[in-house]
Amino acid sequence: MIDERFGRTEYVLVYDTGTEEMVSYDNRHIENEAHGAGPKTAKIIFDSGADILITGNGPGENAAIALEKAGVKIFTGAGRMKVKEALEAFNNNKLKEFKE
Amino acid sequence: MKEIVIISGKGGTGKTSLAAALAFLSGQEAIIADCDVDAADMHLLLSPDFGQAEDFYSGQLAIINNESCISCDLCRQKCRFDAIDTDGRSYNVNAINCEGCGYCARICPVDAITMKDQCAGEFYISRTRISSTLVHAKLAAGAENSGKLVAKVKKEARKLAEVKNKKYVIADGSPGIGCPVISSLSGADFVIIVTEPSVSGIHDLKRVYELVRKFDIRASCIINKYDINPDITARILEYIDSVSVMHLCNIPYSSSFTRAITQGLTVMENGYTEIEMLIEAAWDKIRKSINN
Amino acid sequence: MTTKLQHDIVKIAIASGKGGTGKTTLATNLAVYLSAYRDIILADLDVEEPNSGLFIRAEKVFEDTRYKMMPSWIEESCTFCGLCQDVCNFNAVLNLGRHILVYPELCHSCYACSEMCPGSALPMQKHRMGELKHYRNDNLDFIESRLDIGQEQAVPLIAQALKYAVQISDEKSIMILDAPPGTSCPVIETTKDADKVILVTEPTPFGLHDLKLAVEAMEKLGKEYVVVLNRFGTGNNAVEQYCENSDIRIIAVIPDNRKVAEFYSQGLLVHDKLDDFRESLDRIKDYILE
Repeated sequence: MIDERFGRTEYVLVYDTGTEEMVSYDNRHIENEAHGAGPKTAKIIFDSGADILITGNGPGENAAIALEKAGVKIFTGAGRMKVKEALEAFNNNKLKEFKE
Repeated sequence: MKEIVIISGKGGTGKTSLAAALAFLSGQEAIIADCDVDAADMHLLLSPDFGQAEDFYSGQLAIINNESCISCDLCRQKCRFDAIDTDGRSYNVNAINCEGCGYCARICPVDAITMKDQCAGEFYISRTRISSTLVHAKLAAGAENSGKLVAKVKKEARKLAEVKNKKYVIADGSPGIGCPVISSLSGADFVIIVTEPSVSGIHDLKRVYELVRKFDIRASCIINKYDINPDITARILEYIDSVSVMHLCNIPYSSSFTRAITQGLTVMENGYTEIEMLIEAAWDKIRKSINN
Repeated sequence: MTTKLQHDIVKIAIASGKGGTGKTTLATNLAVYLSAYRDIILADLDVEEPNSGLFIRAEKVFEDTRYKMMPSWIEESCTFCGLCQDVCNFNAVLNLGRHILVYPELCHSCYACSEMCPGSALPMQKHRMGELKHYRNDNLDFIESRLDIGQEQAVPLIAQALKYAVQISDEKSIMILDAPPGTSCPVIETTKDADKVILVTEPTPFGLHDLKLAVEAMEKLGKEYVVVLNRFGTGNNAVEQYCENSDIRIIAVIPDNRKVAEFYSQGLLVHDKLDDFRESLDRIKDYILE
């Protein structure tokens, strides 16, 4: 299920639309971070080379800045959806593009 | 599931008493979270059993191994927090001043400094005497009150609410406008600001509202001890109307708050019907507003 | 007739575990009351919600913006080695390949990234964090420091305000420090160099519980501390019992009085209006001048 919040999400899933492969990153250690969880999670997105982020309510300010610099497009509104649902919603333009 | 956070800006307005009253009213429908980890008091009213307890780690402390130390003095020179000094024979870290940045450990040419994780408090999940679940914590004296422990309390409360299918999380937030409050507010669906009609109260209300506005969360207000100063009560009502903060109720100055606390009870159990009616009406308003 | 006495500078912190026990009421009334006898510096170090100024009538003599030092990235000098992110213990520096992001509110100003950067691409620059204002009225100097909304860390501003207070003092001054509530870092910063700490509490289970936390913190710091019991006559006698059992001095009690709340709500001092309040202040004055 998609986490409504971005920064302390437990897993990051990267889906390649070309190869249809899904890679999972365990982000649970993020709980140990006192501050800066959002940017750290954003770094995972950056390192994975992803172009698009699908999330719940959207990233906090700090993570949003990082994602913007990293050139990642953000789509919100997928909170509490199952992963498959979220991908469908994105493909059917049901999600909202996040603008700072 | 909806998350309700109660904050106050200024301390001593009755935030915790009112949060406990709402906890009492919501009964089995809510998980309660005490996010005021620096001075956690909710448990004094709800008699929790501290069923689950675990240590909480946050921040680091530099430890100097004087056997390896070559007294080059680099660590003391580089430390920006006056946390390292020497008596000529050995180098010592002042634990109170050490910020845990790790600069000294990185710069030491002989690796004589290590960074040790600090236990900064304890985290608990309890059953309360009103049969609901309380998620709470205690920050160690002198620890950094980063939002981390607050975030943990909120996260666990949310998790429990999902698993047990509860309608609400009711969170007692922290006073002030800094990190712990910011962490308390993050992810909230509804905020209640408890204030009092004094020049300090209205001053702090405005400051904390600035913070709430940044988060764009629906906000409401309870004016406690309103009859201490009817003029300022009127000014507060004007202000909250002007910024579209929902007015929940005005509660008169009453010794029933102190009496209830002293007996370890919430104000809903003390037989003071006027106060109970006001809080019940407020809870109705809150639920109507949230569930729309 | 009042006489001025000559002594060394003395720092008194007024703190409490719990918010709303009467710290500011005591600090402001005490400061104004004592200023008839001595040069007083009152510093409001509750930088998140500074309230003392609402009660002090004085003229502003100085004000300025307060800054903390933050690393600022210079792209042209960067070697893109990513060392800066590696050495930051607070997640304040993010390495995004060809771009380095610094998060000012997470930074603790340790200078590690700046000084270890091989290209000197992260020089430290000033970032606004709040304000400091200095007011004066006769023998009373009042310093207020105020953190900008959205700033997360109180400690750096508290440290600067304290430094300023010491700068303007002379060996005849008494410094009264109005501390923030609680027992975490901001309170430690305020009280760690105090000569005496007065813990204000109320006779209720909240008051007792939070007093114990404050006592724990003061013990850790090795501070001399005493208790002032406010709203005396309400609640129960558990705080008195605890102090007696733990050998903690209660130097004064302030009787519960709705009038105090009413005057306080209007931003008025009470030392010149209520006799029993003034009597309590006298006892506290005796302790300070001991």
